[in-house]
Amino acid sequence: MKITFDWLKDHLKTNLKEKNLLEQLTNIGLEVESVESLSSDNQLFKVAKIIKTEKHPNADRLKVCDVNVGEKELKKVVCGATNASEGLITIYAPPGAIIPKTNTKLEIAKIRGVTSYGMLCSESELNLSDESDGITELSKKFEKNIGKSYFSKSKSNLIDLSITPNRPDCLGVKGIARDLAASGFGRLIASKEKKIKLKTKQTLKVKINKEKGQGCSAFGSCLIKNVKNTESPQWLKDKLISVGQKPISAIVDITNYVMLDINRPLHAYDADKIEKGIIVRNSKSGEEFTALDNKIYKLEKGMCVISDNKGVLGLGGIIGGTRSGTEFDTKNILLESAYFDPRSIRNTAKKLNLDTDAKFRFERGIDPLSIETGLKKAASLIQGICGGEVSKIDIQKIESYKTKIINFDVNSFENIVGFKISEKEIQRILTDLGFIIKKEKNSLKLIVPSWRPDISQQIDIIEELVRISGYDKIKTIDPIKDRSKSTLTQTQRLFHFLQRAIASKGYLETITWSFTDQSYNNHFREAGKEIKIVNPISSELGVLRNSIFSNLIMFMSKNLDRGFKDLSIFEIGPVFTGSKPGEQKTVVCGLSAGKKSRLSWIDKERNIDLFDAKRDVVQTLNEAGYNSDQFFIDSKTPNYYHPGKSGRIFLDHKKDKVAAYFGEIHPNILKKIDIKTENLIGFEIFLENLKLSRKTLKDQKLKFSVSDFQKSERDFAFVVNKDVEAQELISVISNVSPNLISNIKVFDVYEGENIPDNQKSIAISITIQSSEKTLNDKDLEKINNSIIEAVENKTGAKIRS
Amino acid sequence: MSDLKKIRDEFISKLKGKLDLAELNQIKSDLFGKNGLVSSQFKKIGTIDVSERKKFASDLNIIKDELHDLINFKINEIEKANINEKLEKEKIDVTLPERSFVRGKIHPVSQTIDEISSIFSEIGFSVEEGPDVENEYNNFTALNTPDNHPARDMHDTFYLDEKKERLLRTHTSPVQIRTMLKDKPPFKIIAPGRTYRSDSDQTHSPMFHQVEGLHIDKNINMGHLKGCLNYFIKEFFEVKKIKMRFRPSHFPFTEPSAEVDIGYEIKDGKIIIGEGDQWLEILGCGMVHPNVLKNVKVDPTKFQGYAFGIGIDRLAMLKYGINDLRAFFDCDYRWLNHFGFDPLDVPTNYRGLSR
Repeated sequence: MKITFDWLKDHLKTNLKEKNLLEQLTNIGLEVESVESLSSDNQLFKVAKIIKTEKHPNADRLKVCDVNVGEKELKKVVCGATNASEGLITIYAPPGAIIPKTNTKLEIAKIRGVTSYGMLCSESELNLSDESDGITELSKKFEKNIGKSYFSKSKSNLIDLSITPNRPDCLGVKGIARDLAASGFGRLIASKEKKIKLKTKQTLKVKINKEKGQGCSAFGSCLIKNVKNTESPQWLKDKLISVGQKPISAIVDITNYVMLDINRPLHAYDADKIEKGIIVRNSKSGEEFTALDNKIYKLEKGMCVISDNKGVLGLGGIIGGTRSGTEFDTKNILLESAYFDPRSIRNTAKKLNLDTDAKFRFERGIDPLSIETGLKKAASLIQGICGGEVSKIDIQKIESYKTKIINFDVNSFENIVGFKISEKEIQRILTDLGFIIKKEKNSLKLIVPSWRPDISQQIDIIEELVRISGYDKIKTIDPIKDRSKSTLTQTQRLFHFLQRAIASKGYLETITWSFTDQSYNNHFREAGKEIKIVNPISSELGVLRNSIFSNLIMFMSKNLDRGFKDLSIFEIGPVFTGSKPGEQKTVVCGLSAGKKSRLSWIDKERNIDLFDAKRDVVQTLNEAGYNSDQFFIDSKTPNYYHPGKSGRIFLDHKKDKVAAYFGEIHPNILKKIDIKTENLIGFEIFLENLKLSRKTLKDQKLKFSVSDFQKSERDFAFVVNKDVEAQELISVISNVSPNLISNIKVFDVYEGENIPDNQKSIAISITIQSSEKTLNDKDLEKINNSIIEAVENKTGAKIRS
Repeated sequence: MSDLKKIRDEFISKLKGKLDLAELNQIKSDLFGKNGLVSSQFKKIGTIDVSERKKFASDLNIIKDELHDLINFKINEIEKANINEKLEKEKIDVTLPERSFVRGKIHPVSQTIDEISSIFSEIGFSVEEGPDVENEYNNFTALNTPDNHPARDMHDTFYLDEKKERLLRTHTSPVQIRTMLKDKPPFKIIAPGRTYRSDSDQTHSPMFHQVEGLHIDKNINMGHLKGCLNYFIKEFFEVKKIKMRFRPSHFPFTEPSAEVDIGYEIKDGKIIIGEGDQWLEILGCGMVHPNVLKNVKVDPTKFQGYAFGIGIDRLAMLKYGINDLRAFFDCDYRWLNHFGFDPLDVPTNYRGLSR
């Protein structure tokens, strides 16, 4: 909502300064978004009079003018306007002035050999109107202002307010003035209605159809006959221009003015173009009309239209049609002032994707009792400017406005707000805001003003009171430092632990969008459901991600393109399994590219591989409290991993839920995405699949027991079939004598010479130690034998001699 | 001259010469070997006349020690010299680079979330979460924003179905609804998380982060709200004093509602929070609307309280001088490395939020 202090002063008597106004507006919830300070620049534009004109010696169309700008010497100005003539009072811009329209700074310039000191301006150049034919012509009244600045200082400051959607009343200058007055900023000036004689009858019949979903509950109108539509007078033009509106014609300007002034949208029809009267009805499916924005709208069933015998004239409360629009030659007009239901307005405008000033106001709720006031105010202005006879006012209604009454408990204010104001002050504020108050025994009976659709219960009254009293009066009550419930749940703690554990292994944490490119997502979706966004930002962000890999790989590729070769990144966040709330999982997803020890003078460089990722995952899970000795690992992984070089981890042999995947990203995907790196390794840890330990650290740390008896290390080499996994051997060995055997380590895997085809040798080192005694040779021999026997029996291995 | 003296003098003079390790060992063996000169003298002790035996033995021992020590000293000297010579050769350029290491980093948004949680933890808030996909009811209707409410226009919502029943939550406020439906009052929670609006330009990202706050109990009023936010902002920006302004605003789910501005100034191109006469809007808040409480079956005549919503990304930008919101989600290695935090820098109450 754009206003000026000057316009506010039509409704507000105050001696306070604009600076105070801006502060106060924000303080009472009418936030000042911006103040366009045109005045300082505009002060340079002076009223001036052309004393003499001469033809330019070198150009037929140009004139050289001697201009009185209020200084001793006349200024020589070159001008091309045809209306530049001796005696004309106009507006002069000196060198240094910035022309508002073009935003260019004037300089002393030679124009075809004649030096011009400044410029005479057209209305268009000053953003006063679209009038660009010739320079501005001012009336004789301005003679006394020659040399003075054309724009008065106060006039030009445009204040843009951000009005919250609950305050339609403040979409009119008067409403803002009322709020300001209630807050002690000046006094509200009572509107004076100019009395006009309403003699004739309104002869155009208006009918509101009583039908289901009728969006119009009241339709007021009057006929004004024999008008002469002209350009608006200067004061009206100035007023509209001052808030950034473009003057069109007196009738349109007046309806706009009334709308901006008291938030009462009106519509003027050319009465002669209406066939036999007005019918307000629901539209039929497929009906069409051409609106004032020159677009043809095809209507759906049930939209509120103003129509006549021939068809649709306009969409009620949203936009009028060209067929019945007023023109400069319009003789008879029908002025409409109606009430449209916000919900109906909103639905229609949304469906047709239409946004107009009227729609913006009606959807927020117009004062239902302003129908007559608006008509009278506009009619009297029209009569004053365009002449004509105004008919009596006709109001058709299918529903009457019901007054809202609230019983207000005075004590509730302090209860919610924390400070107290006197009942007297409460009554004063509410009265100033337009409430009618009846004092009852324990409460105030409040009649809510008709222009406040936002107020319906006690809490709304409290808001009004604290808003007007000032939020600065709210005391600051310091919080108590007390905690009765733990801040994080166990799952949340695990989330944070995993996040930092992965980062500590050299991964940069990223946060990427929850949506992604469908084509990338498809690489990692497997059989997962594709979840489409109906209205995405762009088609590349059209689906919710089924995996974090799609985004990570995209950004990894970008970073590789930037010239970084060896990178590890990760994200912890949601992936989606369906479009219902809760159909999501939390995943820690990491991606590493390139080499280890690239260009190292000391270490041998090698491609990053799956055992790097496996270490990061296993170590992280281990740090998070999961015993890696119990992990079960196999090679069944989703199809976006390399089928032979990837694995999945279960927390134990029960294989309940997959804790994590790790491995090379499938080479086919790398090829399709065209990512350039030596190797690309990823992992995924599934937060919800990690069972939460019932033991806290407190419980885990209770007992400390170690053995100080001598330990022995024994090495074994087994020859097994190629498809036997190391894990199997380890599992067999650890079960042989769990009390004595620890630290089972695979230290060599060998295939080739001396080993039969399809077989491999696995060398394992085992630590044997008792917690009860030092084992003698006989004991050790026995354990050795049982290890060999168990491994041979259960895995088909043969000990290598 | 006795034999002993002869042996001593002969070998002392021998040992004065420049000898290598082998020669020394030879001498050692000549003297102290099984049949060495000194060793054989010891064997003679028994044959010596009793009257002279004691003196002979004593002299022999003195000579033995003298020669023995001298030889050992010489051997030591040579060994030391050898080691020194060897070490001299082993000298390495220690300015060569160490074995390479990589540093991981925590994203500034994650760090900020941890900071926020740490601050609110101190005054008794616990952390709640909600799903990113919400139904229309939780995101709007239950929050007193019915279908035809113009406030819905301010949320450019991503929908997942044509009927507009499922959407990506536009704010973290639906967590209020979920929390209150799930439990009984009192409630004292914060809910950080991802939020989505179909808005994308220099200052808007289609995904951003918010933290919701909710405190419902008996007799919680706007003073408590002011106190809580005042405390939070002071702690978060790690300043002693903060200039804060509460200004009336409107949100359908709170009433009275407020927007909070903090004072700032620009010094040497950097934003200084808490000073100056410029205002910066950082959050929206208010007293939870009775309609919302009714929607979640909490009796508004018995319970009341406040809620607030803060943009986490914006807080991080202000605190850490980050200019571009879009960069948060661009995953540029250089940016992550520059603005990221060491994983060991866990914000805590006792250690402080940041180093």
